[in-house]
Amino acid sequence: YLKDLNYTILTCDFQDKQYVGFATLPNQVHRKSVKKGFDFTLMVAGESGLGKSTLVNSLFLTDLYKDRKLLNAEERINQTVEITKHTVDIEEKGVKLKLTIVDTPGFGDAVNNNECWRPITDYIDQQFEQYFRDESGLNRKNILDNRVHCCLYFIPPFGHGLRPVDVEFMKALHEKVNIIPLISKADCLTPNEVKKLKDRVRDEIERFGIKVYQFPECDSDEEEEFKQMDKELKECTPFAVIGSNTVVEARGQRVRGRLYPWGIVEVENQSHCDFVKLRNMLIRSHMHDLKDVTCDVHYENYRAHCIQEMTSKLAQDNRTDSPLPLLPLPTPDVETERLIKMKDEEMCAIDFYIVIRTLVLFY
Amino acid sequence: PDCPCKVGTAPLYRNSLCAQTHSQEQGLDLEPPVRMEEEMEEREVEERVVEIEHPLPCLSESDTQGIIKGRDLFGYVGIEAVLDQMRRKTMKAGFEFNIMVVGQSGLGKSTLVNTLFKSKVSRKSCTPNYEEKISKTVHLQSVSHVIEEKGVKMKLTVIDTPGFGDQINNENCWEPIVKYVNEQYEKYLKEELNVNRKRRIPDTRVHCCVYFLPATGHWLRPIDVEFMRRLGKIVSIVPVIAKADTLTLEERLEFKQRIRQDLQANGIRVYPQKEYDEDAEDRILNDKIRENIPFAVVGTDKEHQVNGNKVLGRKTKWGIIEVENVAHCEFAHLRDLLIRSHLQDLKDVTHNIHYEAYRVKRLNESNANGLALSPLILENGTLEKSDAESHH
Repeated sequence: YLKDLNYTILTCDFQDKQYVGFATLPNQVHRKSVKKGFDFTLMVAGESGLGKSTLVNSLFLTDLYKDRKLLNAEERINQTVEITKHTVDIEEKGVKLKLTIVDTPGFGDAVNNNECWRPITDYIDQQFEQYFRDESGLNRKNILDNRVHCCLYFIPPFGHGLRPVDVEFMKALHEKVNIIPLISKADCLTPNEVKKLKDRVRDEIERFGIKVYQFPECDSDEEEEFKQMDKELKECTPFAVIGSNTVVEARGQRVRGRLYPWGIVEVENQSHCDFVKLRNMLIRSHMHDLKDVTCDVHYENYRAHCIQEMTSKLAQDNRTDSPLPLLPLPTPDVETERLIKMKDEEMCAIDFYIVIRTLVLFY
Repeated sequence: PDCPCKVGTAPLYRNSLCAQTHSQEQGLDLEPPVRMEEEMEEREVEERVVEIEHPLPCLSESDTQGIIKGRDLFGYVGIEAVLDQMRRKTMKAGFEFNIMVVGQSGLGKSTLVNTLFKSKVSRKSCTPNYEEKISKTVHLQSVSHVIEEKGVKMKLTVIDTPGFGDQINNENCWEPIVKYVNEQYEKYLKEELNVNRKRRIPDTRVHCCVYFLPATGHWLRPIDVEFMRRLGKIVSIVPVIAKADTLTLEERLEFKQRIRQDLQANGIRVYPQKEYDEDAEDRILNDKIRENIPFAVVGTDKEHQVNGNKVLGRKTKWGIIEVENVAHCEFAHLRDLLIRSHLQDLKDVTHNIHYEAYRVKRLNESNANGLALSPLILENGTLEKSDAESHH
């Protein structure tokens, strides 16, 4: 009767009695994941006008910035760096992805950009902290994971490599989030210029000790084709990208592109730019790894650091009711507020405190 | 908006420039750009220009209701590749599964486990100087093996409980088992609370406890009720009727019915528990299972010839009992449940429900007592009385 209930996907291979049948495990896990769906949070950072919004739309085939109003120079004088979030649910072939795009308007736009990355690092830390609280709490049923899994950093193509603000930004974030630097608006560069710029940027990244996201090594037992693709991918970084919201006719086909008097730039043409490589890497081959590195490395670092700070503070104070040294929570958006109402807010803080005390006493 | 190509009216491209205008000004003779056709569906394009019937749901910050379906996207993002990435990773890492067998001596526990996994994985097969004698106390022994099938690696741990129910006075014979189960939860909890945690916390928690009922044909015995009542709260129990070749089909059905009644009357919840069904699909599947438990099983490692085929079976003077023949016994159903369809679910229930319940209790205890979290004593084997009470 188990077979009758559409479980042929699990048992059909195993009519052969010699199998125990646990090779269906990946299918069992697969089925659960499809039901649950995935989530992914992507941050885009870089000065205004580098094509961030267009690229995001091109990557996920959405139009998240439909009603955006672009500020003029005067309005921008007093603008500070904001953090904005857009969430969209995408479904393809039965697989659901909840995609969150975190944008950073105002970054690098002011005259004095000292520490303009501070709101961004604070945001990332706040998400870690929220997750830490939730994970350490007593009710862990529906934890929302808002941690930033990847940050696309847009480098302008106009200069000669990394500028001071680029270096400082990446150094402030490289131990908190997976950074993928991109050369934006690459349609203003010739192939030679692109190559020179990439080499220069790669050099400077190494020289300044910036830890950008590293692709994991290929297994020795992978197919040759895969290994070759992987090698090409690694040699191509930082990716030089072009995005577009328009559709043009090129070589008899309708494609996403940019129409110039001197020719048509096709976004998805690999000889024109690295957009396809970026998309494949980000979505089709490395999305899971980006999440894993965020959870296993960046988040764990944050957590360890947090615990050590708290334990030393508690040891110093030696009072059982000392307030916990925590970052101020961000102004909750609609969704977070709803969740906070669902959980008792006071209960949350107490749960967390219980766990921290437990930790202290364990060690 | 006045441009004949009407690109400007498409929601997707409202803010973008109309390429047509540029080309006309420059005197280039380009055909008007047309919305890219989506790969999945075939749409008949009668005119060059297509009005979009379903405007793309564009979301503002707080609006998270709209779901963008694959067919509305112009092209293909490729998100289901994430499943492959995940599958690759889990295949590489391998799986762990810990199964406990509980029941009196001689009920065929070791044989059944060997039959289930088609290898000599039981303690009996692995201990060199194994003697079949009843032990004076209940102690637990676990044996681990790594087995592989079609590229999937599994670390299987079988926990045996010799001495259970074998003494004259069997009072509290379940306590060492309760203690063991909780110790594994404690180990996991400690590792989870650690400052520098391992990427993958080693999982020794008991995912499934197979409880062997002798085929008396009557009712549950008091020891069965006592055991399952206590353990059912902390681990997933799968009761089986052992050595079921002494029951006819009618007797088997009646016995099962009585057992189910007994279980219900005593408030014992066995796997799959009704309250953990996630959705309607699960409920339908699990209801069918619930109507048929406990499975009546026969185990063996001997093969015989039946109709020219080699089958696993027990040969008697009156016939051969084929273990994998569902007309003879329900071994195949048990195997399908434990391994082929619900193995991951057993692990999930253990992790998400039993372990979480333990964790909450422990954390509350440590705070309420204001004491240092004194872990269940692992060294000298005595169980703190208060813990024994609280786990009932």
